[in-house]
Amino acid sequence: MATLLEQVEVGAGQQSGVVGRNPWALAGRRLWRNRVAMAALGVFLLIVVLCLAAPLYANNVAHVNPFPPNLNGHTVVNGTVVPVMQQGGGTLHLGETPIGPTWDPGHYFLGADSVGRDVAALLLYGGRSSLLIGIGSAVLCCLGATIVALLAGFFGGTVDALLSRLMDIIWAFPVYLLAISISTELLTHSSGFQVGPVHVSASSLWLPTVIIAFIFVPYVYRPVRGQVLSVVNKEFVEASVAQGASNLRLVFSEILPNVVSTVIVLLPLIIATTILTESALSFLSIGVQPPNVSWGTIIQDGTDLVYTRPWVSLAPGLMILLTVLSLNVFGDGVRDALDPRAKLRVEG
Amino acid sequence: MLTFIIRRLLWTVLVMFVITVIVYIIFFKTPGVDPARAIAGRNPSAQVIAEIREQFGLNKPLPVQYALMMKSLFVTRDLVSYSNQGLKVVPEIAAATPATLSLVFGAAVIWVVASIAVGVAAALLRGTVFDPLLMVAALIGVSAPVFWVGQVANMITQGSLHDTFLFSWVPPLGYTPFTQDPALWFKGLVIPWITLSILYIGLYGRVLRANIIETQNEDFIRTARAKGIPERQVLVRHTLRTSMITFVSLFGLDFGALVAGGALLTEVVFGIHGVGFLAYQGFINLDLPTIMATVVYGAFFIVLANALVDIAYAWLDPRIRPT
Amino acid sequence: MTGEPLLEVRDLRVSFRTEDGLVQAVDGVSLSLSEGETLGIVGESGSGKSVTMMSVMRLINDPNARFEGEVLFKGHDLMTLNPEQIREVRGTGIAMIFQDPMTSLNPVHRVGKQIAEQILAHQDISKQAARARAIDLLAAVGIPQPAERVDNYPHEFSGGMRQRVMIAMAVSCNPDILIADEPTTALDVTIQAQILKLLRKLRNDFGTAVVLITHDMGVVADMADRIAVMYAGRIVEQGTRREVFYDAQHPYTWGLLGSIARLDRPKPRRLATIPGQPPSLLRLPEGCAFGDRCAHRFDLCDERPPLLARVDGNHLDACHLEPKQKKELRETTIHPELIGTAE
Repeated sequence: MATLLEQVEVGAGQQSGVVGRNPWALAGRRLWRNRVAMAALGVFLLIVVLCLAAPLYANNVAHVNPFPPNLNGHTVVNGTVVPVMQQGGGTLHLGETPIGPTWDPGHYFLGADSVGRDVAALLLYGGRSSLLIGIGSAVLCCLGATIVALLAGFFGGTVDALLSRLMDIIWAFPVYLLAISISTELLTHSSGFQVGPVHVSASSLWLPTVIIAFIFVPYVYRPVRGQVLSVVNKEFVEASVAQGASNLRLVFSEILPNVVSTVIVLLPLIIATTILTESALSFLSIGVQPPNVSWGTIIQDGTDLVYTRPWVSLAPGLMILLTVLSLNVFGDGVRDALDPRAKLRVEG
Repeated sequence: MLTFIIRRLLWTVLVMFVITVIVYIIFFKTPGVDPARAIAGRNPSAQVIAEIREQFGLNKPLPVQYALMMKSLFVTRDLVSYSNQGLKVVPEIAAATPATLSLVFGAAVIWVVASIAVGVAAALLRGTVFDPLLMVAALIGVSAPVFWVGQVANMITQGSLHDTFLFSWVPPLGYTPFTQDPALWFKGLVIPWITLSILYIGLYGRVLRANIIETQNEDFIRTARAKGIPERQVLVRHTLRTSMITFVSLFGLDFGALVAGGALLTEVVFGIHGVGFLAYQGFINLDLPTIMATVVYGAFFIVLANALVDIAYAWLDPRIRPT
Repeated sequence: MTGEPLLEVRDLRVSFRTEDGLVQAVDGVSLSLSEGETLGIVGESGSGKSVTMMSVMRLINDPNARFEGEVLFKGHDLMTLNPEQIREVRGTGIAMIFQDPMTSLNPVHRVGKQIAEQILAHQDISKQAARARAIDLLAAVGIPQPAERVDNYPHEFSGGMRQRVMIAMAVSCNPDILIADEPTTALDVTIQAQILKLLRKLRNDFGTAVVLITHDMGVVADMADRIAVMYAGRIVEQGTRREVFYDAQHPYTWGLLGSIARLDRPKPRRLATIPGQPPSLLRLPEGCAFGDRCAHRFDLCDERPPLLARVDGNHLDACHLEPKQKKELRETTIHPELIGTAE
């Protein structure tokens, strides 16, 4: 039931010749005018660019290869050469403590981790992994869930019942436990395994990507299926069928566009969720595996240094926070632009 | 109504069965892992391994092994850990449950109260500067990884500010049972409670605010005002009563998921030996009995929570009651 | 009937700030309503009829809304009252029923409780007494088995029954004025007649003044004492039922009348329609709002026609045409077979 103002506005809009304007263009314009959402998008893209430029930074600015341990390395602080691992750490002053942040972009900007590696460079490389997995799994998840939802909603009946039950079972698995089970299982193959003609190494980023995509399929499936059902039942689809439209044509011309807007609103939020999930799995050592790094693995590395060199944990956590926050803010803006009275649940 | 409940129960059993089978297959499809070898410990001789195989029934066909494990899990409840010699898994979980429940219940109380406050305040203060401020704060809560928040909390309370009056009362990481020392139980849980609830306050505050705003546009709210009833009554009896339906169902699902072991990140970071912590150790050690038991425990609670939420939803929204 | 009107709206203007500009929903509306009188407000969607009456009850909470003018109810300007005072007027002084009874009733509360809620908000009686009164009200509006149905939920009633419940709720505190905003639009034609009959009965039994808002001339034909025709946020014609139906002075009213099918005349080849669309409320024209669609527009129409009595003391219209011209043109605008003759 439209509000009074909306009825008035619709009347006004129709008369001012706005009728016939593409709803996508309208939404795009509204989104563009949303300064906060655009700023958030800007922040997110900036982070992506920075992380993609990881090799540039590592090679040209910091002049390090951040992956191998560097226990005996040296760096320059305020003109003097200092060892990366300093003696006299720990409560008994018998251990080694890595150097803290120098705030000098060329030399261990954020300090070193427990094996002497440049945290700043690692941070950027880690961002690459986290973002790749986050975005990749979200896209994969939405694709998969949409296909399943289309099948279920369109064919209805037993197909729908079967698919929905399957989704219920995946949903019933405690989310982390499911990811952990599959992760642990796959990771015991230290040499990787065969998927048809493709050999997947155990440290491949594809593993966490596919796993995370899989576990969130039910999350996306439910709202998309709901949307498919509501469109399938609408009169204009009946009209199309009466005109003799084929099934496939129906899917593409009628159902898909409506579904796409649901998915577009969900996408930033799903990416936010997958990034958080990947970081949690990596923190637990069952996500991204060495030699790859991600923000989650860096936080794990920093756990022992929490009281002495907090920046090793703080930096990647802040990056995750900033990335996810900007995605959430942008996602809000997308939702507001596409449907000012959206009834979609806010996923966290 | 009775058939509805019975059907739900049967469905629960079926789902649990499927889940256990899936978990079993996942962990037994790996040729690389030989449980007998894992149990045998260091440098086992072939004979020891064969004995262990015999003892644990690992040389029997898959379905039989599965049946045996299910029996020892549910019936005799003497399922023994592979990695921790002689440790009975089921009592272990039973012992860990109070820790998880303490953590989750306490956090839930905090987050429900706080998120209602935040959601209602933001909706009522719409148009002022407080609304976006609250929502940004909520978004930050939702965007921070919970284990990192816990680490930062530890950094502050156990590390740098530990010696100040602010946090000197915070005990070292770990869980103290209530029966052993109530004061310590409480003090040890305060920071974990706050850490865990930050995420959910953000989430639920935003959901509630959105629901309230949406409900306020409904026609029946306009009717309620036209009747001349006090604004506060409109808010509570009409707006909130309707907006809370979503809130309650979401809460049921999230609470169930947390009790089921979803709080494992918080437990790990704070050293609370609850079910999540146990599950994590099981996975790291590839200890199938522990994994199986915790997954069964978890799945049970999730399916239970789902069913309870369905029932609660029907009670809250008369339109969907089965007539 | 006392001399002073019960409700008097003076030059009400309501506008909304939107992202596209300022929408002038109500552009200087003046009305009056006497005790026991029934006023029909007729106009199409977007004409401002609902916004006018919702503004009277101060039910528009949009922070982007701007209000000007006065609304005098029993001598007090409702626009200046504080929230507590307005709350007292609502329900007891002025009550309102809305178009869609399914969405206008709270789906999670029983109907008896919703009726009792209104009573308890204004009268100091016990819950049981309020419930008993609710049952009586349900009976009065024609709901069978009221003692059982008082505990039903709104979705357990049919559309017509739900509207009866709304009406029961609205009259529960014996309001002086009942505003009915398109009460029959969402209902079947046969149910429409029943609801209108119910409204008439209640009005006759209790002497309530009624404001009947609709887009359908047929609805006001039987019930209204006076009719106001609204277009683009303005009143374009106002008079007694007889005057408006049989001596319509404004071309828009002619269009409305012409589009009614009549059983007592020969069937026309085609019902007359008014070509074009109402103007955008974002950009109202300087002159007559109906000008762009009017077949009889002339140069004076570039200036906004004032609402004046051009034929009779209380028959107002907003059209620059001479009354003599109007009489002639009326015949050509509405099909000859469909014109009613002034008596």
